[in-house]
Amino acid sequence: MTDMTKGSTRYYMPRKKGFFARLASQWQLALMSVPILMYVFLFNYVPMWGWINAFRDYGNRKLVARGITPFNGLDNFKWLFSRPDFYQTIRNTLAMSLINLVLGTFSAILLAVLLNEVRQKTFKRTVQTVTYLPHFLSMVIVVAMAQNIFASTGPVNELLTKLGIMKNPIFWLGEGKYFWGLVGVINVWKEVGWGTIIYISAMTSIDPALYEAASIDGAGRFQKILHVTLPGIKSTFVILLIMNIGHLMEAGFEIQYLLGNGLTADFSRTIDIFVLEYGTSLMDFGVATAAGIFKSVVAIILLVGANFISKRLGEDTLV
Amino acid sequence: MTGNATQNYKPRKHYDVVFPIVNTIILVILMFVTLYPVINTVAISLNDGTDALKGGIGLWPRVFSTKSYVSILQDPAVYQAAWISASKTVITTVLNLFWTGMLAYTLTRKEYVLRKFITTVMVLTMYVNAGLIPNYLLITKTLHLQKSYWVYIIPTMFSCFNMIVLRTYIAGLPEALVESARIDGAGDIRIYWQIIFPLCKPVLATVALFVAVGSWNSWFDTHLYNASKANLHSLQYLLKMKLATTNQSANAAQSSVDALANTASSKTTPVTIRCAITVISTVPILVVYPFLQKYFVTGMVLGSVKG
Repeated sequence: MTDMTKGSTRYYMPRKKGFFARLASQWQLALMSVPILMYVFLFNYVPMWGWINAFRDYGNRKLVARGITPFNGLDNFKWLFSRPDFYQTIRNTLAMSLINLVLGTFSAILLAVLLNEVRQKTFKRTVQTVTYLPHFLSMVIVVAMAQNIFASTGPVNELLTKLGIMKNPIFWLGEGKYFWGLVGVINVWKEVGWGTIIYISAMTSIDPALYEAASIDGAGRFQKILHVTLPGIKSTFVILLIMNIGHLMEAGFEIQYLLGNGLTADFSRTIDIFVLEYGTSLMDFGVATAAGIFKSVVAIILLVGANFISKRLGEDTLV
Repeated sequence: MTGNATQNYKPRKHYDVVFPIVNTIILVILMFVTLYPVINTVAISLNDGTDALKGGIGLWPRVFSTKSYVSILQDPAVYQAAWISASKTVITTVLNLFWTGMLAYTLTRKEYVLRKFITTVMVLTMYVNAGLIPNYLLITKTLHLQKSYWVYIIPTMFSCFNMIVLRTYIAGLPEALVESARIDGAGDIRIYWQIIFPLCKPVLATVALFVAVGSWNSWFDTHLYNASKANLHSLQYLLKMKLATTNQSANAAQSSVDALANTASSKTTPVTIRCAITVISTVPILVVYPFLQKYFVTGMVLGSVKG
């Protein structure tokens, strides 16, 4: 820093002034930020007041109609855990997010490694452009396409019967046992390219000297991938893993909502869908909010736990 | 990148020669698998409706027909939905660009007394979320935004993630730019709009892309708040309703025969109509995508190194 900058900073922010005097002298900065602060406060913090609904009784229609919703302690939570279908939604949520986590991470790293080995720049760019594209398509569009691809007379059934893997076409979208797998496959199709971005940027920061040293030591391509590339992305992998473990309760609802139907409901309903059904259709805000709070609490425990284990193992941590 | 790393590379073992070929083949297959559903949908949308029910259409229509598009383009609901989708996308994007950079700039000013407080408030929102129902109650019971166009705009006017992307970028600009302008007597509002904002163009393009795509693709807000107002339906929601109908009919094996009997004369079927709407709602993204492609990778990387 030069003297001049120091001088101007001091001119701008005299150190001896009090908080409000300084704020007054920075009224332009305040004008540019405080309205947005209020907006964020309204849309992100004010709704937290709604958590109180988890401890209110919305069960009595007559009382609710008169605007009376008495406190009922932990009754909503007790009721929730007495419902077998709530456990089912927990199972579905965890199953689908675990499948997504494993398939998504594995496929993204694999594709990133393959792309990293391509030396022809135009080809690499083309592959990237094509594989990033589905990320920008809405889930509605993706499901509309999936309904064609997995239709009884669709390309997937046609291919599998022609290859002799199965004799009769399968009604993929109408059988619960295929639902989790379908969601996994569709999510990989949609996000694999996008998922590589972060790994590829980690790979570009690997010191080229490491590759040269490995070559001199007689390492082939596979050995270089194994001993240089993969260790080079390890810290990125760990950080993303911690974040994803924190998101294990977030299997989402869009794809399940759009792709699911009456025949697959036992496998497609996630916690979010349960919350939406009770909250926005049945108008039982008590139970719905309780389920949402349960989800957030588990998510925080998972995040902190993963962070702790990672710290213990001497890996990078999120916080 | 890899080019530098492997410049002195000489093939030594036989798999070193085979690997690039296998790799290229794998990546070409991957591109094919990625594009197949898109091309397949276009092919079905351009196929004759009754013929499409037989299935087996691959990358090219079997019996060419533009009837599905003709019938869609005669439906005023489609124009209304396209107008809703386009206008909300433009308005949301402009508002986001207006706010986001301004806040990001103030949070890079080290002398700003509220900097730490506002930064904490913003970063916390990325970890703590009130949840679906409390947000639903805020919008319906407190703000009464349901059954109105504003529900598309007001809740999505600002995003903390994009602000952090921009903040990282602005923090990387030379400090001297701000200092010299200050010596010339410019205030912060002027410094931001005249100096910083124009320099942020590449990253603003990224933010615009994220916001615009998010707004164009959203359907759940319509589903939750505006389902009963047909004139406020977005294009995505129109398509979502088509999904629901075909999904229900998919339950009954008989349905395709019924549909065949019902619509044999009109030559369009729910399937081809659905595909045609899919294509229409995808085209805007396909048109913008190549132009913005070079920007979004920068944005992703900037966002991932957030502090």
